[in-house]
Amino acid sequence: MYISMADRTGGKKDTETAVSPSVQDAAFRLSPVILWLGIVSMATDISSESVAAILPLYVTGFLGLSTIAFGFIDGLNQGASAIVRIAAGWASDRTGHPKRVAVAGYGLSMLARIGLLFAGGFVSLIGIIAGDRIGKGIRTAPRDALISAVAQPQYLARSFGVHRMLDNIGAATGPLLAFLILLLIPNGFSTVFVVSLAFAVIGVAALVLVVPDVTTPRAVKHPKRARPAFTWSQLKDPGLTRLLVTAGLLALLTVGDGFIYLVLQARDSFAVQWFPLLYVGTNVVYLALAVPLGRLADRWGRVRVFLGGHLALLACYLLAAAPFGGLGATVTCLVLLGLFYAATDGVLAALASRLVSPEKVATGIGAAQTVVALCRMAASAGFGILWFAIGAAPAMLVAAVALAAALAATAVLMRTAQENTSQESTPQKQDTGA
Amino acid sequence: MTSTRIISRRRIALLSLVTVAVVAAAGIYTALAFQDARESQAAPAAVEVTRSGALPAAPYVVFRNTASGQGFGEAATVPLKDPGGQRALSGKSCDRVYGTDKLTFCLQTKHELATIFQASVFDAGWNETASWPLAGIPSRARTNASGSLVATTVFVSGHAYSGAGFSTETVIRDQAGAGTGTMEDYALILEGNRIKATDRNIWGVTFVPGQPDAFYATASSQGKIWLVRGSIAGRTLTVVRNGVECPSISPDGTHLAYKKSDTGTLTGHRSIAVLDLASGVESVLAEQQSIDDQIEWLDDSTLLYGLPRDGSEQDSDIWSIKTDPSARPALFIEHAWSPSVVRPGAR
Repeated sequence: MYISMADRTGGKKDTETAVSPSVQDAAFRLSPVILWLGIVSMATDISSESVAAILPLYVTGFLGLSTIAFGFIDGLNQGASAIVRIAAGWASDRTGHPKRVAVAGYGLSMLARIGLLFAGGFVSLIGIIAGDRIGKGIRTAPRDALISAVAQPQYLARSFGVHRMLDNIGAATGPLLAFLILLLIPNGFSTVFVVSLAFAVIGVAALVLVVPDVTTPRAVKHPKRARPAFTWSQLKDPGLTRLLVTAGLLALLTVGDGFIYLVLQARDSFAVQWFPLLYVGTNVVYLALAVPLGRLADRWGRVRVFLGGHLALLACYLLAAAPFGGLGATVTCLVLLGLFYAATDGVLAALASRLVSPEKVATGIGAAQTVVALCRMAASAGFGILWFAIGAAPAMLVAAVALAAALAATAVLMRTAQENTSQESTPQKQDTGA
Repeated sequence: MTSTRIISRRRIALLSLVTVAVVAAAGIYTALAFQDARESQAAPAAVEVTRSGALPAAPYVVFRNTASGQGFGEAATVPLKDPGGQRALSGKSCDRVYGTDKLTFCLQTKHELATIFQASVFDAGWNETASWPLAGIPSRARTNASGSLVATTVFVSGHAYSGAGFSTETVIRDQAGAGTGTMEDYALILEGNRIKATDRNIWGVTFVPGQPDAFYATASSQGKIWLVRGSIAGRTLTVVRNGVECPSISPDGTHLAYKKSDTGTLTGHRSIAVLDLASGVESVLAEQQSIDDQIEWLDDSTLLYGLPRDGSEQDSDIWSIKTDPSARPALFIEHAWSPSVVRPGAR
């Protein structure tokens, strides 16, 4: 079962069977595949975030008040994008070629960029944006499965951190690039779309040309054997179940950056005036902390860092609920949010990929991401009601208290999983053979 | 076989080639677009213009000039007697503009390190007396008759209640920018019951002449569109009718002109309709084009509204139409948007 993975880490089969990461002596060596996947993500994020930053401006100019209806349908698209993640992960595992599924995802988003140049109205714009979102949903799990397959297991979170750092360089650059184009060319939406398409092409080209078609275990071992259809029972690894419950529960209490920005805006005119830069600021903190927190996760425990990241979110809620505001509070909240993402996003993928047997890695990562995305959407909707019913600051306090309770509960729940994780390098052959 | 060796030099060379080619293509496109934009900004205005540092004597129309060339996007005025004549440019860029004979209220988009939005109040000499940042993209601007109150509707994205969706934010402030809070916080009342749905959108305020506390606006929730009557002091919005979007009250306060959706939903074709407030009788006008504007009253029996010019996203014309259902629309000001009719004295 493990032959191909051992191959991919340079034939060091012993690293796969070592008991604890702390006794690893192999130095961290970044796989060029991860570097290239990071570059693919960077180019793609410049492409997608440059459009995302100016899309509201474009859509309102284009659709006028139909924009409200557009927003509603776009919300449905995001739900579709969330569900697609698990399906793409499963397709990736089933074919054994994550790269092919990832190419489909990146390619679909690139086609959407081409469509954007020719958008003719409400329906075509909805279709194009849906294509982009679904493309994003498709590519995430197989890409993370590739990272997981080529990373040194004891440096898995750090490897994801490197990828997320590169990814967020793109996410922070994209909006600034788009704003720069509009500064130079006041109605230069088509220029932003052309530049965005160029970066999308670079991303897809790098993926197709340079990233190797790394195969996942089962496909190598049993190339002709038909893979079973997707069933939820495939995800019944006890560790993964616990992780999904934990991530889902915490995501249900992750109210969405939008609300936090909204609270900041109520007290700080800077946050109103420079609203688009709040997002850029969060991404800058995330990219700066992605690698250090990945390293910390590998050394100190991925579950601990994942849960600890939520403490930053908790602190951010408390700060948002506090009766003072201003620039200091705004900046502190952005740092806490960036810290939260750096401690949770890549680390969750690292955790999920180590809690399932190797031929289910993409499905496991996709499942975790689908659960998180859907729970966060539910959290936004629920928090919206709470916000409306009792007001911003009390709602934030309620969310903070609930998050604290959930953190305590999940810490207990994950204690057993943590023990499993510490033996994570042991191949879970008993599952593979099932 | 290690992953390093899979990445061949030939493939990296090919990637470099692709990268250089697309960056060059995008770069050339950007350079040409930049040059076009510069030339367009520097070109003489496509209509007859002059520059003016002060508001003219009322009555006049203040609007956004959308004629290409110098002065594109600026607030401009024309005398009411000669709307097609030479327009006086203010030098102030405004997406939406509304005025009284003492002040002009302007919502603008500013391209800086990020694209940001601002509301400004200008006095009769086009000096800024107040300004404040807006949380979203300008959509509607109104003042009351005296100019003591201003209302803004902007599109907010990224922090709506449903993920990245869009919502409107409507706020009434005094002319110095002191707010009365977002209309999200007003109680929305339908048949005596408070509507608690969170997906509310409020837009398109029109102040009732002679009643300092009263206004009309649009409220929407769960796919329904209502005309609401608002009270600033009571912080309430009371539903008075279905299917009325972006109301605009006549100078004499007896009629509302608005957009009426043919489908009854937030998408689809919008006709112009006029409601007699006393009798509740609605008449739909003969304009065939779909309207997306807050209608303005030229006088008690004539409406003004903007329409895109030849499907352009940047240029538009202001049209007029009598409130008689059989009346035909007529071109009022070419290359213009966001009309505001300013009458002498406190209107």
